[in-house]
Order: sequence, then C-alpha cells, then structure tokens
Amino acid sequence: MRKYFDDITRIAGNVVTVKAGGVGYDDLAVLTSDRGESLAQVIRLDDREVSLQVFAGTQGVSNNDRVRFLHKPMQVPFSDALLGRVFDGSGRPRDGRGPVDAPPIDLGTPAINPVKRRMPDKMVHTGIPMIDIFNSLVESQKLPIFSVAGEPYNELLARVGLQANADIIILGGMGLRHDDYLKFRDAFEQGGVLGRAIMFVHTAADPVVECLLVPDLCLAVGEQFALQGKTVLVLLTDMTAFADALKEIAIVMEQIPSNRGYPGDLYTQLARRYEKAVDFDGSGSMTVLACVTMPGDDVTHPVPDNTGYITEGQFYLRNGRIEPFGSLSRLKQQVNGKTRDDHRAIMDGCIQLYALCRESREKRDMGFEMSEWDKRLLTYGTLFEEKIMDLSVNIPLFEALDRCWAILAECFEPAETGIRRAIIEEHWPKPLT
Amino acid sequence: MTGKIVAVFGNLVIAETDTRVVQNSVGYCVRSDGVRLLSEVVRVRGNVADLQVFEETRGLKVGDEVEFRREMLSVMLGPGLLGQIYDGLQNPLPKLAGQVGFFLQPGTYIDGLLPDRQWAFTPEVAPGATVECGDALGSVPEGIFTHQIMVPFSWKGTFTVESIAAAGEYTIADDIAVLKDSTGQSHTVRMQQDWPVKVPLNVSRRRLMPSEPLTTRVRIIDSLFPIVRGGTYCIPGPFGAGKTVLQQITARHAEIDVMIVAACGERAGEVVETLREFPLLIDPRTGRSLMERTIIICNTSAMPVAAREASVYTAATLAEYYRQMGLHVLLLADSTSRWAQAMRELSGRLEEIPGEEAFPAYLESRIAAFYERAGAIELRNGKIGSLTIGGTVSPAGGNFEEPVTQGTLKVVGAFHGLSRARSDARRYPAIDPLESWSKYQGVIDPDKVARVRHLLARGNEISQMMTVVGEEGTSTEDFTIALKADFFDNCYLQQNAFDEVDGATPADRQRVVFDKILEILDLDFGFDDKTVARQTIVRGTDLFRNWNYAASDGDEYRTLLERINHFIATKGREE
Repeated sequence: MRKYFDDITRIAGNVVTVKAGGVGYDDLAVLTSDRGESLAQVIRLDDREVSLQVFAGTQGVSNNDRVRFLHKPMQVPFSDALLGRVFDGSGRPRDGRGPVDAPPIDLGTPAINPVKRRMPDKMVHTGIPMIDIFNSLVESQKLPIFSVAGEPYNELLARVGLQANADIIILGGMGLRHDDYLKFRDAFEQGGVLGRAIMFVHTAADPVVECLLVPDLCLAVGEQFALQGKTVLVLLTDMTAFADALKEIAIVMEQIPSNRGYPGDLYTQLARRYEKAVDFDGSGSMTVLACVTMPGDDVTHPVPDNTGYITEGQFYLRNGRIEPFGSLSRLKQQVNGKTRDDHRAIMDGCIQLYALCRESREKRDMGFEMSEWDKRLLTYGTLFEEKIMDLSVNIPLFEALDRCWAILAECFEPAETGIRRAIIEEHWPKPLT
Repeated sequence: MTGKIVAVFGNLVIAETDTRVVQNSVGYCVRSDGVRLLSEVVRVRGNVADLQVFEETRGLKVGDEVEFRREMLSVMLGPGLLGQIYDGLQNPLPKLAGQVGFFLQPGTYIDGLLPDRQWAFTPEVAPGATVECGDALGSVPEGIFTHQIMVPFSWKGTFTVESIAAAGEYTIADDIAVLKDSTGQSHTVRMQQDWPVKVPLNVSRRRLMPSEPLTTRVRIIDSLFPIVRGGTYCIPGPFGAGKTVLQQITARHAEIDVMIVAACGERAGEVVETLREFPLLIDPRTGRSLMERTIIICNTSAMPVAAREASVYTAATLAEYYRQMGLHVLLLADSTSRWAQAMRELSGRLEEIPGEEAFPAYLESRIAAFYERAGAIELRNGKIGSLTIGGTVSPAGGNFEEPVTQGTLKVVGAFHGLSRARSDARRYPAIDPLESWSKYQGVIDPDKVARVRHLLARGNEISQMMTVVGEEGTSTEDFTIALKADFFDNCYLQQNAFDEVDGATPADRQRVVFDKILEILDLDFGFDDKTVARQTIVRGTDLFRNWNYAASDGDEYRTLLERINHFIATKGREE
C-alpha cells in the first residue's frame, strides 16, 4: 500500500514542509498537486516536520496536496542506451523518445578514495594554441571557463568537446537558452559525435530547482562510464546558474548567508561536484570542463572565486580570446615536460614578453615616447595575438611551438627572450652569432 | 548511553537523550541499515545534544539511535605512523581502498596503526626506575628514526617501573611495562596510546624561543622571509598564485626530520601528486624514500566537511607526538581557510550569531590556538624538539582583508603573501617581496637583507613613477636603480621549481649567490644611456640565470662564475 502524507504546514519558495515520519535524510518524494506530479528531495528533518525542495517549483501547490516518499535517494537509469539521448533536469527524456529502461544508479555517491586516483598524465590536444602550449588540458582535469555573458563560451566548450577525442561526451546545461541547446546539438551532430553524447539540459524556461540535479546526473552517469574504462568528458554550462539555484534554496531555508547571499557551504557544494573529475587507477577517467559566467566580470564574485579554489586552474575568456594572464592549467606540468624540450621555455618566455608588451602599450596609450625596445615589444604583441592567441587558430602543438619561435626570432635577439641558452641553441630559427 | 535522533540538517544531527553527555565526546549515529556514523558532540542543551556527523547523513531518520561515548575524538599514537596516508580521522586510506574499493563508504573505520606488525623493542629503563609521563621506557626502530615508547602522556604523577619487557618483537597491543603509581596501584603500558586531537600535547621542561633557521631551499624564503624551527608562518594568496606548488617544494626540500602534510579541504589531485611522488623521491639527506619520514593527512574537498575540521587537529597531534621524541617536525596545512569554512558551515547550522562574513565569533581564537601548538621545546631529558606550522590561506577574492587572513596574521611569525600580479607575470615563487615579512632571522646577514629590501622598495617607487612620467622623464641614475631591483628579482627571488638545480638552493649556495649579486647591486656602472643600461643588465641577468641552473661545483658553474667576475670587473662591458 502506498502511504501518503497530506499535512503540509509550510509552502515557501521552492520548499514544502510536510508532517511525516520514517523518512530518511536526502530521500526522494513525489508531490502530487493539481499541476501534476513533481519530484522532491528531503533537505531537512525536524521532528515530524520534513522539508522538501520541490524540483518543479511550488506554484499551484496547496496545503493539503499529497506527498509520497520513495525511500531512496535520487537515481538515474544507467546503460549504453543513454547514448545519443537528451534528458531534462529531472532525468526525463526531452527528445520525444521513451524512457530508458535500465537498472538505476544513485546520484551523489561518496567521495573517491584519493589513493585510488592515478596521476593524470595524458594531454588532451585541442588544437587551440592558447590551451595546448600555454595551459595544456589534461585528462581528468576539472577546469572552468570564466567569462562574461556574451562571450562565445558555449562555442569554445563545444569545440573542445568535438576535438578532445573522448569516448563519451556528456553535456549538462543549466539555465541554458533554448537556442544554445540547439546549437550544441547541431554542433555535436555535425561533428559526428551525437552517437556518443548524452545531454542533460535544463533550459531557462524550466523550474529553477531542476537545474540543481543537472551536475549530479551528468557526473553520476559519467562516473559509471569511467568505471567501465571509458574516457569521459563532461561539459557543464553554466555553473553560476547552479550556484544561484543553491542560493535560492538556502535563503528559503533561512540559512545564514555568508557572502552576497550565497550559503556558507557553497565551496563544499561545488567541490563535491567538481571533485568527481577523476582518473581511476585501473579504469577510465572523467574530465570536467565547466562554464562559469562572472556577474559584472568580477572574478572575486563568490561563484568564480570558490570555483577557482576548487578547480585545477581556469581559462579566462575575454574579447573572444583566452587570456594568457590569469588563465592557468594546474596540471600542465604533468604533460608539458614530455611533449618537446622547448615547450616549457616557450610557454614562459612568450608570456613574460607579452606581459612586457602590455606595459609598453600602457605607456604608449599614456602618450610616452616609445623606445626601440618598446617598439619591438609592440610588434611582438601584435604578431602574438594574431598568430597564436586568436581563437580561430587551429593548429597542432608542435606547429604552434614552431610558430612561436618564428615570432620571437622576428622581434628579438636570443638573449632578450630570457630563454635558456641551451634551448635557444637548439631551436632558434635564425643562425646564431 | 544512547539517545534518539530528533532532527537532521546537513551534517548536523540533533538527538534527545537522558544520559550523561560530554561536550566534544564521540557519538555514533546508527542508520536503520545498521551502519554507524562517527559524530562529535558540539553542543548540549538540556537533554538535547547537537552532533556534527563526520559522514554524509543520507538515510538517517528521526528516531534513529545515537550511541554516546565518554571519550573525546582521539587518535592512536605509536610506531607505524610514518609513511601512512590517513583521512582526517586517522583512517588509513590505502587500507580503506583495499576494503571498500574506489569510493569511501560511510561508516567504515579502520585503526590507524597496524595491529599485527612486530616491532623490535629495546628497553631503556630498569625495574625500580622512577618515571613520569612522556619519559621513554624503551624504543623501537621506525624507518630512519628511533621511535621512543613513552609513558602515556595523560598519566599524572610519578611512577615506579615494576617490570619491563625484555628486548624482542612485540605488537602495539602487547604489554611492554607495568608501572606502579604513588598509591601502589599498577598500570600496564603498551606501545600504543590515545590522545584527544583537540588538546595540545606538550610534555616538556620549558618552551624555547624558536631561533634556528629552517632551510627550505627556496631563496626568497630563506634569505628574505625566513622561517625557524618551532615557528609559524602563513601563505595567503589568491587561487592560481602557486600556494600549493610552494607547499610541495617546501615539503620536499625543507631540512627537518618529520614532515606532516595536512591536505585540508583541497583538491584531491594535488594530494595524489604527493601520494604518488613522495614514495619515489629520494631524500638527499637519508638516501631513503621521502615517504619514510612523511605522514599525509588528506581530507579533500569532496570528503565530508566535519572531518575536514578535525583533520588539522589530527595532523597537529601526530606532529606533537614526534616532537616528544626530540625530532623536528614541520606541519603544512593546506588550506586553513577550508578548515575555517568547515567551522562556518557548522556554526551556521547551529544558528550561532555570525561574525564577519558569517564566520563564527570564535574563529580568531581557534586560529590562534591552532598555531600556538607550534613551538620548540626542551624535553625532560634535555633534548630539543620542534614543531613548525605553515598554513596556507585562501582568501575570498584574493583580498587579504578578510577574517581568516587577518586572524592568522596576528599570530604567525612570518607572512609569505602571494600576489596575483607576480604569478600572472610568471615570477615564481609569487611571494610579494614588498608586502611579506618575517620576524625571524634567516641564512643571510640582516644588514644585507635590509639593503636589498630597500633597493626593492626604491625600485618599485621608480617603476611606479615611470608609468606616470615615462622613461624619458626618469634620470638614468633612477632608471639604473629600477633595473637593479628588477635584476635582483629576476636572478634571486625567482626560482624555477621544476628545475633540479634551480629548484632547491642550499643555504651555503644562497650566501655565495647573494654576495655575488650584492657586488652587482653595489657596482657603479656609470651608464649614461638607458638603452646601454638595459642591455647590460639583461646580459648580467642572463649570466646569473644560467649560473642558477648550473649544478654546484660543475664545470659550467665555474665557467659562468668566471664570466660573472669578468662582467663585474669590466663594469658590464665584457663577460
């Protein structure tokens, strides 16, 4: 017999409180109202009072609607049949096809034992020099793209997704505009990867709380594939929407906000998701690339700030380019020593010179006289931006390194580059004096 | 001693009970499937006890049972701690992986020490001897150290040794001595003893003034902002400024006996790097694996948050234990901000009145109490042991005006502030030479340090000025000072952590290089043209950088030194 509880004592925000007993923390429930059924999750137990976050929102819920507890945490069916499919934030099919019939797996599994992780050491080649040379992406890395709304971050995400050569691509869309979703789908279709892609898409038109589950759905499914030995790439966009949904629930639950209204456990909540990125010792791997839009281009905003402390680096996307300053791949040292002997020297040398070029530009803009050295730096900066930084540049790593050497030789004397003599001797494209 | 759960909210459980409940004692929340989740009592109100659960609370129900224990959250001390990888509650992670696989299952706990391992015990006291807590009764070899078996630290008063085990092989649970207290009662001593993590462990004659430099082989630290054995320091910095790399280098090269790395709420990937690399790294001083003198406590960001709060205390307790043997211990806590955030999460759930940025009001006193566990001590046998604590701080938005950084700065002896601007310009280690400070004395004569710090400050002023008045508006003299400051930065303060030679500069080499650089800084080049000045200093920089990469006393080292000397002799006209 199914047991229903209908003594709803509070409806506020997206949270419903109902009197019930024998309910486990984190359990799932179904709320039936005039608007239909919605999944809900237990977020607080206080004596007989059970607070539920309702995924479809609480509009139209009345104080004697019925709640049924499922006595299990949130789950998602898992099998190869997920491939090529599109689901919404509650895991329901969004592509007009029937539900997937497969044994379910739990969302939000315990943390991975650190000793069962292996050291990431496989470089992901993207064909984007700003990533490949300067901030190499590594399998199992978790890396956000920080940008303001309006930057082509979704395009960048899709491009990495297509070129990264993963076994499985999982897209998690949170607060995605419908046309962005269609763009992703088209990009995947044209790139011929739709057959190995799975999409969990919450659009801006869907109830806010549904977006909370998107990362968990993607990561739970990805984790299972990784455990089967697959190389999984998870693309999440936009994690700021996820954080905002967390904030909404926290405030309804009267939690003390810590910073700009975000709950004190924002770091923990984000970390629990990002930390699912893994290279299993003796099995597959999961790489997580996420978009984080920065409200007001402010990196100290709690969402990008907390994210930066969790992830293994970050890419700044600004004016359609990946910024060399601030962008960082923490795992690059694991791979860039094994590509070519000049990789690291070029990586450091080019950026140091580009930093000097920016200083010279500032001086120029303030109307100062340009010394001969300044002028050469300016030439270098222009060349570097055109031939290396531009996002349309799509060349393999070694070609990109050679291109950097050519630019350096065009603008500087070997000693001015700050690169070690031994490396210069081997790679300088012009005869040395 | 049991109670019933009445509320669950995140990792906070509220239980009703009519038995005696001790603040900070251990409790177990028993899930309906029988799994027991370790918890700690954090507040008692009447017959209601609030517990923070060290696991995910998923599945706990109102009405589930809570078992209360009398003892506080403790760690197991004894031989076999070195080389271990623990979670925040001293569960050995490799063993857990063997038992439960890829994931950490709530409710699975394993003793921190190996129960069956045999240790070769040598008695050091005879029956009839008088001993007090902390006195050695004997020892066992543990890797490169002699691990002393001490009278339990919690025993008060003096004891007479009634009997002591003969030399031979024993496990940590075997009786190795019987001691009689002043009332004539007998007590058995084993190799293992427990100690509550939140109580500082310090049995000593007196606390000493920490003064002996702790060499980390990072030039900017040892020369400009030194740390000492028994001292404290902090490394605040925005993300991406190189905190963790700096910690890892320190862990590798610092001249100490025992290294304890507490990865507290940080990335698992970084811990894995330490886990995988340390066993392979050979400690130059012992010729053995670095892991043999290291303990890793890792409670990464995805692991339960309450255990994160406990993990720094676990690390401090293990460190203090080895200090009691007269060893020099370095504890690196990465990151204390995550620990503070764990306190904040709990405080929020307890609905305490929040302080600044919603951190609890007791944040500063907790930070101070943690750093106070560091110190150099003179033991009762005259030996000296020390515990140095270095903590990273991850300030929100990279802004040092926040409660955790400010609370830490008040209590530490050295401040290595990392700057985003320096790391963006790839000037590593990105310790800001203008903002950082140290109250300790390092390997370089303080007068010389004061001179270069003055130069750096002056160089910075001139550079600032130049952005306003331009190069042409700056005198060649000032321009040269700015170049020299930049030269010192390039050739001395910056260090390539990934180069075998440049990555670690021993103290004596630091003195040599520093003096040589001073010669350049003191040199009157007599430039009358800025372009010539820049070109000359660029060549000098190139020479010194290559010198830094040359292995000590190799041919290259000598050749470059000769060229440098010639460079100085000819005022930069020739090499």
